[in-house]
Amino acid sequence: MHIIENITIIGGFDKKGNPEIITELIVNKGEIIGIVGPTGSGKSQLISDIEQLAQFDTSSKRQILINGKTPSYELRNNPRKKMVAQLSQNMNFVADMTVTEFLTLHAKCRGKSINDVGKIITLANELTGEPIKQNDNLTILSGGQSRALMVADVAIISESPIVLIDEIENAGIKKYEALELLSGQGKIVLVVTHDPVLALTSQKRIFMKNGAMQGIIFSTVEERIASEKLNIIDKNMLVLREKVRAGETITNINF
Amino acid sequence: MKLIIVAGTPGAGKTSILLHTIKILKQSYKPSVVKIDCLNTDDDKRFAKLDVPVLLGLAKDMCPDHFSIYNIQEMIEFANKNKSDMLIMETAGLCHRCAPYTNNSIGVCIIDATSGPNNPTKVGPFLSSADIVAITKGDIISQAEREIFRERILEVNPNCKIIDMNGISGQGAAELANMISKITICESKTDSLRHNAPFSVCTLCVGEKRVDKKHHRGLLRKMDGFQQYIGE
Ligand SMILES: Nc1nc2c(ncn2[C@@H]2O[C@H](COP(=O)(O)OP(=O)(O)O)[C@@H](O)[C@H]2O)c(=O)[nH]1
Ligand SMILES: [Mg+2]
Repeated sequence: MHIIENITIIGGFDKKGNPEIITELIVNKGEIIGIVGPTGSGKSQLISDIEQLAQFDTSSKRQILINGKTPSYELRNNPRKKMVAQLSQNMNFVADMTVTEFLTLHAKCRGKSINDVGKIITLANELTGEPIKQNDNLTILSGGQSRALMVADVAIISESPIVLIDEIENAGIKKYEALELLSGQGKIVLVVTHDPVLALTSQKRIFMKNGAMQGIIFSTVEERIASEKLNIIDKNMLVLREKVRAGETITNINF
Repeated sequence: MKLIIVAGTPGAGKTSILLHTIKILKQSYKPSVVKIDCLNTDDDKRFAKLDVPVLLGLAKDMCPDHFSIYNIQEMIEFANKNKSDMLIMETAGLCHRCAPYTNNSIGVCIIDATSGPNNPTKVGPFLSSADIVAITKGDIISQAEREIFRERILEVNPNCKIIDMNGISGQGAAELANMISKITICESKTDSLRHNAPFSVCTLCVGEKRVDKKHHRGLLRKMDGFQQYIGE
């Protein structure tokens, strides 16, 4: 696997054709970067530029460098060499096969021999309230189960050094744990989010406007404390959610 | 003149992809566009917005792929008249059995990733004989499935170039334009198809409406796979 120390995002142009305010941003390995901004501000485009390792050839005209250099054609196009794993809110499973068949097939595509897909399912089940079973058909999984399985798949099978996450907050999974699992050791993680639980976890956030990177916000000590509190609330919410789903009544809430 | 033949099932994203790609190709070429469809289409109006010469062909009673093959010479004349150096044809893309690519064209197959990872093994020669395969709608399936889909395409067509494209955002259009520029092959009068069209000709092809078997003549194939010529 290609060793990645950092990626460089070279600014392009906003929706009106003006140069971006942030002209260059280096993201180092081990960093979690948030991407925030109103709907239509270009957050998903930024993620997509990184996913494709854009070379002035997308609508934003940005360039992405790996370790300060232009990535090779191979690196950009061969999925076996692919360094970017991606997860987004709009993604669904469409394949008509069981969870086990799917994971085995994906591992084969990635040139990995996985003898225990059960481990991936167990990991996914730690993120969702409703357990996934080995022989469940992929297409019947709920939104939360699908997202949890995608997270576990990215963490174990894809193992890419760059992880891009686009708005997974409403998926009904343990967000903080999911982020922890995905960020692994020494990965580069970019998270598009409006959710304070995730946004405040990152050390830096890129603020987007009109299709351009407008500024960088560094998280403060207060924000980090808030983030820990929010994480506890978030976990409690998930417990409540499962109780409601199971037809129970909620007696007392203390958080 | 470069001839680019674009095939793919309806709704796969052919027109969306071409609109983005033609914008880029226009910087170095003078493309003409032909849209072939069966009964009706708005695609010609969508292409006309790019300010390129557009010709519409409706196949009506004829098989749309056969229609486009039969009329290639006329399309090339249209492009010549408009002083084009490139002709892009979007086919109707209904039947999985035909592949409209000729040996001297650039064959581009547009395939929708949401059709599921078993689809590439089902679709036949318009995928297996293409030079370039563009996968659309990858934005709405998981990355894992995208990777499986891609492997399945390579099983069917190991020599093709694959591009991940998005018909809405235009992702991949620069790369498709670049590949088209790099392939130097040009159309010629002695051109032939890469893959034969289906050879079964029967009474249904010429307008018989009655269903019962006794009314049918021609090269006919039964459910059990038995194929024979019935007739004089
Ligand atoms: N989500 C998504 N939708 C797409 C993509 N490409 C095309 N579409 C949509 O699919 C529909 C059919 O596209 P069109 O280009 O007309 O398909 P054609 O019949 O093959 O020419 C349109 O509504 C497009 O907006 C894509 O990459 N992603
Ligand atoms: Mg069309």
